Amino acid sequence: MPQPRPDQVDLAIPSDPRLLKIVRMTIMHLTELAGFGEEEQKSVALAVDEACSNIIKHAYGGATDRPIIIRFQLLDHGLRVLLRDYGRKADLSKIKSRELDDIRPGGLGVHLIRSVMDVVEYDNSLDEGNLLTLEKFLRR
Amino acid sequence: MLDVSTRDIKKGVIISITGDVDLYSSPEVRKVIIDLTDKKTKNILVDLSSVSYMDSSGVATLVEGLQQVGKYGGKLMLFGLEAAVKEVFELSRLDKVFEIYPDEQTALDHLKK
Repeated sequence: MPQPRPDQVDLAIPSDPRLLKIVRMTIMHLTELAGFGEEEQKSVALAVDEACSNIIKHAYGGATDRPIIIRFQLLDHGLRVLLRDYGRKADLSKIKSRELDDIRPGGLGVHLIRSVMDVVEYDNSLDEGNLLTLEKFLRR
Repeated sequence: MLDVSTRDIKKGVIISITGDVDLYSSPEVRKVIIDLTDKKTKNILVDLSSVSYMDSSGVATLVEGLQQVGKYGGKLMLFGLEAAVKEVFELSRLDKVFEIYPDEQTALDHLKK
């Protein structure tokens, strides 16, 4: 097994919505360690939860037995979260926040992620699946 | 785990939700709301005071409920939102779309108007 790094935590879960709370609880603790206040801890938990929900819904089409690998990295300037899936490739031209004047159910997840996180980068150039990089900066 | 219960009041129904509303649990909330809108319940008040977390699927469920009651001239009101839940509505700019009240009594007072 690789030597663990003190500034990095890996979490591997099946794409089962019942397990999203584990992700949120992990985020709450790690953002606290990174020095974020309670309000920001909850916001980051929301953003990462939304990202996982999108993987379950869009990359895996609702399948509950596919892998989601989440790597959390504590940085000097905040927290980085890498989300890896092995599902359907994201169509980057279609990943956008919806118009907020358009009142309808759904389509809010990407908007919430972009509202909360400072860095949101999608990489669909991998052989299989997608990699989403999220970063939240500490305001000192 | 999520708990969703309903309570009849003179002018409608209060839905009380306890727990986190996320991709896993929001279908349970949806089922209760749609059941009420199918019956054309005039006023649906949603008590969110025991909800500490809500994601976009929870918000979407409430938006759907709001649209359904709008079709028959009913009302869907929210009350008791914790700060983190309120923030999701604010970020979605839906805080101005819903009638949101601090507590049950204030929501009921607005029903009387």
